[in-house]
Amino acid sequence: MNRTSVRVFLSRAAGGYMFLATMLALMLLLVIASGLFVKAYPILKQSSLWSLLTGAVWAPIRGFFGFLPFISGTLWVTGIAIVLALPVSLLTGIYLSEYAPSSVRKIAFSALDILSGIPPVVYGAWGVLVVVPFIAEWVAPYFVEYSSGYSVLSAGIVLGIMIIPLLVSLFGEVFSTVPKEIRDSALSLGATSWQTTKKVVLKSSLPGIFAATVLAISRALGETIAVLMVCGNVVQIPASLLDAGYPLPALIANNYGEMASLPGYEAALMLAALILLGIVIVFNTLSRILLLRIGRKYALQP
Amino acid sequence: MRLKLLEQKIFRILMIGASCLVLGVLLMIVYALLRRGLPALSWEMITTVPGGGFYLGKEGGLLNAIVGSLMIMAGATILSLALSVPVVMFLNLYLDKTSRLAYLVRLSFDVLLGVPSIVYGAFGFMVMVFLGLRASLTGGMIVVSLLIFPIMARAMDEVAAMFPKEMKEATLSLGATKFEMVRVVLRQIAPGIATACLLSVGRAIGDAAAVLFTAGYTDSIPTSPGQPAATLPLAIFFQLSSPVPQVQDRAYAAALILTIIVLVLSVLSRWFAHKYQKNKVS
Repeated sequence: MNRTSVRVFLSRAAGGYMFLATMLALMLLLVIASGLFVKAYPILKQSSLWSLLTGAVWAPIRGFFGFLPFISGTLWVTGIAIVLALPVSLLTGIYLSEYAPSSVRKIAFSALDILSGIPPVVYGAWGVLVVVPFIAEWVAPYFVEYSSGYSVLSAGIVLGIMIIPLLVSLFGEVFSTVPKEIRDSALSLGATSWQTTKKVVLKSSLPGIFAATVLAISRALGETIAVLMVCGNVVQIPASLLDAGYPLPALIANNYGEMASLPGYEAALMLAALILLGIVIVFNTLSRILLLRIGRKYALQP
Repeated sequence: MRLKLLEQKIFRILMIGASCLVLGVLLMIVYALLRRGLPALSWEMITTVPGGGFYLGKEGGLLNAIVGSLMIMAGATILSLALSVPVVMFLNLYLDKTSRLAYLVRLSFDVLLGVPSIVYGAFGFMVMVFLGLRASLTGGMIVVSLLIFPIMARAMDEVAAMFPKEMKEATLSLGATKFEMVRVVLRQIAPGIATACLLSVGRAIGDAAAVLFTAGYTDSIPTSPGQPAATLPLAIFFQLSSPVPQVQDRAYAAALILTIIVLVLSVLSRWFAHKYQKNKVS
């Protein structure tokens, strides 16, 4: 074999390896999903998915696996987080991309970078140190007789802070796709800068804002350790902000080590992981396709 | 007329207020961490492994967790590089910009990026049970490499996509094979790859959920890949649930250490990215 054919062979082999790696990467999601499904199958065979999702009784020893407490815990915590984080991030995002002078922008983006870099477990530790006592001593006494502070509200606050950097940076991206010319024409017609922001920038980025929010929700749904540390971990359907909750990721994290002994327990936990994965896949795909479309729509315009 | 100016003023105040709130929250977090963690932080904390009675507040440090975390990150980075470099090269050099397959792969990265780390952890543990592996350094590395793969691949993909087309054509016109072109491109985007690595390690080193079942926990520094390894996030988590105040203080000191490591990684990655911007051939 001469030198050239060695080089060509090497190139072909490398190409084949790269193709294989790409296929492997593409299959990863499928492998994870089907692996979880296979493990969750025993419990799905036993009772219907609907009755599992809407069952309120969680008693693994007696064979009752109702996911409603965990699903409602997840919804409470995520809901509070989004309600708290969305207005703050939207206002911050608008301010930073439309109004702020570049010096302020620099400081703010460094701060957001640091916030997004802080590990979840540190947020959890901070929540235990600051948020939980604050809720227990300053907020709860006005509403209930006693609360330990470990509640869906604490978890929502911590989680809300955690998703602010993501939301602000996504909003910034969305606003930057709005062409400058549209803004200029609104301003030249006599609109105030806020009217321009409201009626031109915000209105035309509504789909993007929606997509960004969906993405943040899917990130918030799966957050485990920070939420687990402050949410109280009581198996119940939370009736108020100050009740303890038990979200799905916390269920998996708290019980996975020792589950093997009880029949059906492992399958139930795997189903919890599968539910999380399913929601996240749907939400992510939706929002990413939407965001890509938005980017392309404006990119195509001259 | 008055009304629209009033509205503008109100929203301006609201926007500035929101921005200040974000900044304030960051300051609050930093202050709380420093106040609680700094007094407990000592040289002993980062240079010794836990001694007898460590979990009752006696002497010892967290070297086991620091070294364990770094070992897992190093292994995971290498594993993840081995998969993401070929994929990114394939996407950018072998496929067209309009390729369906490339779109699909990129979309799957985006979705993988959003998969919660607890799902990776649960899946990883399931596979380990299936293979008969115990919680160990290897297990942690594999699961963390799954976790950082999409982050790394996407960051690298962005850098590779900016690689000038003319340079690729020049390489090919000189008679290079596609594989030889890959080597040229790799050398050019090396700083970008370094940035991608630092970025993904910065995110993964603080993640507790992925290593919770897969890496285990131990008081000594692992000497072989089959042994369990302690990690910093779990050290924080476990120590915080202790009733002993000194141990809790140490959890905050560990949180401080972890945050510093993450910040250093983030500054480093930014520095690399900046340097790359300056040296870029275009």
